[in-house]
Amino acid sequence: MFEFIRNNLLSPFVGSLFPASIEVQALYTLDALIKIIVILIPVLLGVAYLTYAERKIIGYIQVRIGPNRVGPLGLLQPIADALKLTFKEIIIPSGANKKLFIIAPILSLAPSLAAWAVIPFNDVAVLADINAGLLYILALTSLAVYGIIIAGWASNSKYAFIGSMRAVAQIIAYEIAMGFALVGVLIAAGSLNLGDIVRAQDGSLLHWFWLPLWPLFIVFFLAGVAETNRAPFDVSEGESEIVAGFHVEYGGMAFSIFFMAEYANMMLISILTAIMFCGGWLSPFQGVPFLGEPSIIWLLMKTSFFLFLFLWFRATFPRYRYDQIMRLGWKVFIPITIVWLVVVSVLVVAQIPPWFD
Amino acid sequence: MIEQIIFYFFAAILIISASMVITVRNPVHAALFLVLSFFSSAAIWLLLEAEFLAITLVLVYVGAVMVLFLFVVMMLDINLAPLREGFTRYLPVGILVAVLMLLFMALIVSSDSFNLNQAEGIKHAADYSNTAELGLILYTEYLYPFEIAGAILLVAIIAAIALTMRKSKTLKTPKPEQQVAVKREDRVRLVKMESEKRDT
Repeated sequence: MFEFIRNNLLSPFVGSLFPASIEVQALYTLDALIKIIVILIPVLLGVAYLTYAERKIIGYIQVRIGPNRVGPLGLLQPIADALKLTFKEIIIPSGANKKLFIIAPILSLAPSLAAWAVIPFNDVAVLADINAGLLYILALTSLAVYGIIIAGWASNSKYAFIGSMRAVAQIIAYEIAMGFALVGVLIAAGSLNLGDIVRAQDGSLLHWFWLPLWPLFIVFFLAGVAETNRAPFDVSEGESEIVAGFHVEYGGMAFSIFFMAEYANMMLISILTAIMFCGGWLSPFQGVPFLGEPSIIWLLMKTSFFLFLFLWFRATFPRYRYDQIMRLGWKVFIPITIVWLVVVSVLVVAQIPPWFD
Repeated sequence: MIEQIIFYFFAAILIISASMVITVRNPVHAALFLVLSFFSSAAIWLLLEAEFLAITLVLVYVGAVMVLFLFVVMMLDINLAPLREGFTRYLPVGILVAVLMLLFMALIVSSDSFNLNQAEGIKHAADYSNTAELGLILYTEYLYPFEIAGAILLVAIIAAIALTMRKSKTLKTPKPEQQVAVKREDRVRLVKMESEKRDT
């Protein structure tokens, strides 16, 4: 895209307005900005329609119809919700810490959008093809907790504070298991670059990492569900106990930004699971003509499947009790991942086919 | 030039936020400014092409250590007045420590291993992986120091866990593993009863 802009759109200006070096920098910036928009708009639309999908799917699971009033099949429902939330007043409680109260939702949305920078959509389409992609993802997902902790504290409300304390303890616990699962992927692929991780799974359905890394795959996805504070791990919102948890004092756009952050995080976890364990953009029918072609469509289908699992879990499981959440994180997931790291290392060193030969 | 602008931008944020850490009154604000200063120093490390260290700084210090720190600071109801007392009394000691720190830092930074006479940092090609280079040097040249540091950390973890393992005998905590393992047969008994005839 950079070459395209330079050669076609801006060719009359090259070298004439500014020194060439600044012009190249400016073009790179413009190129990056266009790519950011091309990635972010589908992500935000996806967030909006994920809420619609959630209400429809959970509706059908519970033998209801779900939203069907606004537009055909209720398809304009997310737009109506967004409009409503935009025009609502943001109420700042009198005892709240005003600056932090405003900053908190921004801090929770920004990392979950910034993480999309390193996601590869196919062999070439990636905004920042950096070496340490996996580390970057891990660092940014660990930042999302600041929005929650600051929101809980700045609201000056008991419910919000309890909610944020629960969320923080839970996210810290599950982040370790998640990190260890990523270390397993790193050992198996021999690279921190997400594109290289997908390329290491090339071959067939059985070459994908879900098979040799099965326990890590399960642990990563469930830790992801816990990390995004989704049911059955949604004790930080726990409607029946602490009203709405950390965002109980928020309304209007401030609330909807928390909401968007949660759904953007769900999409991020799903696409990461698809990339690291299910072959990313690779086709499950490799070798078959046409169907075997690698494509972004496969990536989106895999991501949608994991998103569906998020919604399915929410409709199926009752909320975990808090001590059981802690036990699952510290005493079950972390030992499983540590044991499987040893197993993966042995597999890699022994060069076991078909994955590591 | 743009690199220099970025450097001075983050350096300014780093210095401002670091001085805010020690001057703001609210401990939560101080902790958040510390987070900001970690963040800007990570950005400066990125300019040095040390992406592994920069991202690890964010991951470990911002993502884990400071979260726990904030957690504790928010839970404690700290009375600020006694913390502010005796500022002038401790001032000479503080100045002494500061001067010593400055001296040590000057000694270390001016030594040969820092190569400050080299005006420009070494630039690497695009396929240079900082992570791989660090791994290579850690597991070859510095293998023993690395392993010893790992062993010390492991001992510290085990010690910390051992310190919290004391349990009062009177404490009645539920055992989740038993509760999770419960089957339906343990809790529910289905009883079959003949329906009774109504007396007429």
